Amino acid sequence: MSGLGQERRLTARTRAKREASTISAELDQFDIAIVGAGHAGAQAAIALRGQGYEGRIGLIGDEPDLPYERPPLSKEYLAGEKPFERMLLRKESFWEERDIRLLPSTRIERVDARTHELFDAEGESIRYGKLIWAGGGEPRRMPCGSDAGLSGVHAIRTHADVQLLRKELAAADRIVVVGGGYIGLEAAAVLTRLGKHVTVVEAATRLLSRVCGAPISDFYERLHRAAGVEFRLNTMTDCLEGEDHHVRGVRLSCGESLPADLVIIGIGIVPSIEPLTAAGIDTANGVRVDAQCRTSDPDIFAIGDCALHVNAWADSAEIRLESVQNANDMAKVAAQVITGTPAHYDALPWFWSNQYDVKLQTAGLSMGYDDHVLRGSPDEGSFSMAYLKAGRIVALDAVNRPADFVQAQKLIRARASPSLAALADIEMPLKTLIPTS
Amino acid sequence: MPKLTVVTREGQESTVEAESGLTVMENIRDNDFDELLALCGGSLSCATCHVHVDEAWMAKVGAPNDDEDDLLESSDYKMANSRLSCQIEMTDELDGLKVRIAPED
Ligand SMILES: Cc1cc2nc3c(=O)[nH]c(=O)nc-3n(C[C@H](O)[C@H](O)[C@H](O)COP(=O)(O)OP(=O)(O)OC[C@H]3O[C@@H](n4cnc5c(N)ncnc54)[C@H](O)[C@@H]3O)c2cc1C
Ligand code: FES
Repeated sequence: MSGLGQERRLTARTRAKREASTISAELDQFDIAIVGAGHAGAQAAIALRGQGYEGRIGLIGDEPDLPYERPPLSKEYLAGEKPFERMLLRKESFWEERDIRLLPSTRIERVDARTHELFDAEGESIRYGKLIWAGGGEPRRMPCGSDAGLSGVHAIRTHADVQLLRKELAAADRIVVVGGGYIGLEAAAVLTRLGKHVTVVEAATRLLSRVCGAPISDFYERLHRAAGVEFRLNTMTDCLEGEDHHVRGVRLSCGESLPADLVIIGIGIVPSIEPLTAAGIDTANGVRVDAQCRTSDPDIFAIGDCALHVNAWADSAEIRLESVQNANDMAKVAAQVITGTPAHYDALPWFWSNQYDVKLQTAGLSMGYDDHVLRGSPDEGSFSMAYLKAGRIVALDAVNRPADFVQAQKLIRARASPSLAALADIEMPLKTLIPTS
Repeated sequence: MPKLTVVTREGQESTVEAESGLTVMENIRDNDFDELLALCGGSLSCATCHVHVDEAWMAKVGAPNDDEDDLLESSDYKMANSRLSCQIEMTDELDGLKVRIAPED
């Protein structure tokens, strides 16, 4: 959410321009312009220089900060355990030293693919040779639009979001989290530990239903309940209720109201791709890219959360992945392709989530699995769940079992078809199941 | 401030002023080396911050714990002196520490 005032944007841009004119670098023309200075955009710039690329690189983003890591936003940063400086992907000196021009607080509103121009909010143009679009996504809003104009309603996507949330936290006791996905649950864990009364509302019958099997969902539900979190599963929200412009509660579609001093909306993101769609680039629920991360325009690439791609680990389904792995590996591919090194995106997906003292690590993609098996018992607090499709292992969720996570990656890459009995045997390390060819 | 010597994958060696209280991973990243991915930001979830600790320092730095050791197994370049640099806190006692960034898997 770009809640930043126009004034702040103007000043940053003016400041950057003044700076540029004194050191005679141009800020309105780049050989490679990268839009979005998050994980993917930053990593693309780093990878380009790493490949020895010497052209002019502009890293343009609408946030005011230097590129930073997003995962701590719902974890250690929300908890106040990690200062923002320790989340920076690189220090300021790095960008200067590598001659990567940062244009913070600059939102690209329009793309002209024919003339190779970008236009910011003030209508000023930036010329590009090649464009890498790494816009990520904006938090999905409440369907009824009732979150508009109410204070106390928060998303957890940007540094600014969480700064504001933390400021309002002190005066809040009852917090409702809408959405039982990773980010909502990570926030619930932190806030409960801070002594808040947290209720999570989830439309599906179980938590993490989009990404995990039922045993994992049940494990997390029990973990959170034991810590004091309340749940409303299988429950739709209707609207937010406010008083004096501040949120006071969440009305459920059954008619009941949950009182709330703060509401956190964690119902996913909508990819930030509008300027590309308007420019005639092929988009759907994301920007369509090929295995080289190229869009329907040969001079425009798209990477990270917003890139809709055919994934080799999802039975060639067209998907978007929202993970640091995907952002980083796509950035590398785009950088290689642009600098003339043949590359294609086929990295095995992996992910992690930290809640309380429990570490979840996921290897592969479980979508469309037709069988599953547990390794170990959830009651022990350390177990894994393997997902299979047509006999082949396609994914594994490891709960406090890093060895399984690491070894499952090899197993999945080997496209192995181990027996369920062998997978279930915790005495047998997964690596012993890797077929020797 | 303790000194930290970092050897890049290409064998280039440089010594930087490290900051105590930060991890070795953060010190490497903050001194503008771009080889260390450290994708999970130091939360012991990824193993992309793998370094080889100079043998002479192994005793002082210590061995990895079980979880770290399990994660290190993901690398084909795991050696007896392998550590995840996000799990080593830089301290004054480690003044002079030398680590080499492990090859990328
Ligand atoms: C709270 C939270 C916790 C997470 N935890 C994990 C985790 O534990 N593990 C994991 O693997 N992943 C996690 N993720 C996901 C991970 O952070 C994302 O997948 C990653 O940040 C995607 O990188 P990206 O560059 O594609 O998008 P982003 O990092 O979102 O960056 C996109 C940037 O582009 C900017 N932008 C958009 N449109 C424009 C425009 N028109 N002009 C200029 N700038 C624009 C945006 O403001 C943003 O700064 C988490 C994400 C969040 C929000
Ligand atoms: S940075 Fe991920 S394990 Fe060290």
